[in-house]
Amino acid sequence: MYHNKTLAQLSAMLQAKEVSSVELTQYFLDRIKARDGEINSFISVTAEQALAQAKAADERLAAGTAEPLTGVPFAQKDIFCTEGVRSSCGSKMLDNFISPYDATVVTKLKAVGAVMLGKTNMDEFAMGSSNETSFYGSVKNPWDLKKVPGGSSGGSAAAVAARLAPAATGTDTGGSIRQPASLCNLTGLKPTYGRISRYGMIAFASSLDQAGPMARTAEDCALLMNAMAGFDEKDSTSIEKEVPDYTTDLNKSIKGLKIGLPKEFFGEGLDPEVAKTVEAAIQQYKDMGAEVVEISLPNSGLSVPVYYVVAPAECSSNLSRMDGVRFGHRCEEPKDLEDLYKRSRGEGFGEEVKRRILIGTYALSAGYYDAYYIKAQKLRRLISDDFKKAFEQVDVIMGPTSPNVAFNMGEKSDDPVSMYLSDIYTIAVNLAGLPGMSIPAGFAHDMPVGLQVIGNYFEESHLLNVAHAYQQQTDWHERCPAGFED
Amino acid sequence: MSLDAEQVKKIAHLARLEINEADIPSYAGTLSNILELVDQMSAVNTDDVEPMAHPMDANQRLRADVVTENNQREKFQAIAPKTEDGLYLVPQVIE
Repeated sequence: MYHNKTLAQLSAMLQAKEVSSVELTQYFLDRIKARDGEINSFISVTAEQALAQAKAADERLAAGTAEPLTGVPFAQKDIFCTEGVRSSCGSKMLDNFISPYDATVVTKLKAVGAVMLGKTNMDEFAMGSSNETSFYGSVKNPWDLKKVPGGSSGGSAAAVAARLAPAATGTDTGGSIRQPASLCNLTGLKPTYGRISRYGMIAFASSLDQAGPMARTAEDCALLMNAMAGFDEKDSTSIEKEVPDYTTDLNKSIKGLKIGLPKEFFGEGLDPEVAKTVEAAIQQYKDMGAEVVEISLPNSGLSVPVYYVVAPAECSSNLSRMDGVRFGHRCEEPKDLEDLYKRSRGEGFGEEVKRRILIGTYALSAGYYDAYYIKAQKLRRLISDDFKKAFEQVDVIMGPTSPNVAFNMGEKSDDPVSMYLSDIYTIAVNLAGLPGMSIPAGFAHDMPVGLQVIGNYFEESHLLNVAHAYQQQTDWHERCPAGFED
Repeated sequence: MSLDAEQVKKIAHLARLEINEADIPSYAGTLSNILELVDQMSAVNTDDVEPMAHPMDANQRLRADVVTENNQREKFQAIAPKTEDGLYLVPQVIE
């Protein structure tokens, strides 16, 4: 049925008038209604707006002015501001926030006629790797309902894995697209920093945040990238660079591709079964004509410590706008202005967000700024330089996306540091601002394993080509969690 | 580096964040663990390294100082907790 089709297949069916957008949209809305209770992947389902968008899309399809994504349903991470629709960012603080404007990503997807089914669950303010910090409850991994889907884009990952939506948007500050994609058997792309506008994407760590697509195939990610990418004058860190057609290079040969394997990504802490699965995927690339070179990213081991200064510091600044005055949660009966600030924020934010605000405030406070924030920014350059050197030698870098498969709910929630280490291989990519993907590479302990592919700046097309080539030879990305096939 | 209860209270005040008294010891514990992780940074000498603020070392883009937005005060204030005559209301600050 429709839920087992890719975005590209649904697009072709719409263009061929084999199905209408209204039928398709109603089909997925019904499926969400019937099945989301099991996984809690949506915060809001926007049925009425979705059907109105679908109707408009059908008119475009009939008029012959449709684009590839016209009429295709998708799910939007609840971090993106959507006009007239609650944009909660997974937080009690914004539970009552009906955004008065659209994020640029939302505007762009509307412009091509894609149909938003609803807003997906996420870790509160995108701070988490398990989707357990959401005000709206944990999301469950469709591959095993006792396990986490990863985070922070865990709702998007679970929704697509359970076939409740053919694709979804995500955001990635330290791995929040790639790690849940890995844990839920999806293809996810975090583009180069500045490639997709951050305007209207509720800010966590501004120098690291980047939006991207999550889908089942690289081809679907390419279709979404075509709609999402591009310069935006409303985002001061958006890069003025032409957007290629990301589908053009999908079928290029990868013979002679030089793959770098960082020895630091295969050391201590990596589950041996995950390592075996990732090595088999790399062997597959060798069989397809790629060459493999061992490389070193000597400073990558410091990525997690550096990240836990940079990200909290920036989040403590960004989240200061939530003060109970202009929008969001406000405490009852404040006795003075300080009480208004403190209680509104104390009541509105959850524990992990508070922790990060406190760490960031401390790192930026007088007397500690140089020792923490400046030190972290210096190390960030060293980490970034390691990648620059590596890319003089190789075309792409590969390794595991996550050191483990999905873990049990509650297993790491009392120990933030152990939770933070689940992003050990993804964080360096954000610090350097590089594009990275996670693609389904097989299974370990009966749970999905992702292969991470990292490219040089603005080489998203190449990454998608490398991922697509693998997906022509393997069928891991087609596997569906038991119980969600029908 | 570890933080004690008094330091946590001070930081929470700087962040204008209310933390329940009963939760302070647990925050002190987890924050100290995070700072211990962060302290690994001191293992590498960075004396001659330029701090990196932007992944591509790009500068903030500037634009001409002209009005680009329409006034949408009513729309934006419609979601505010408390307003009057186009102003945001907060508890009295000056006696």
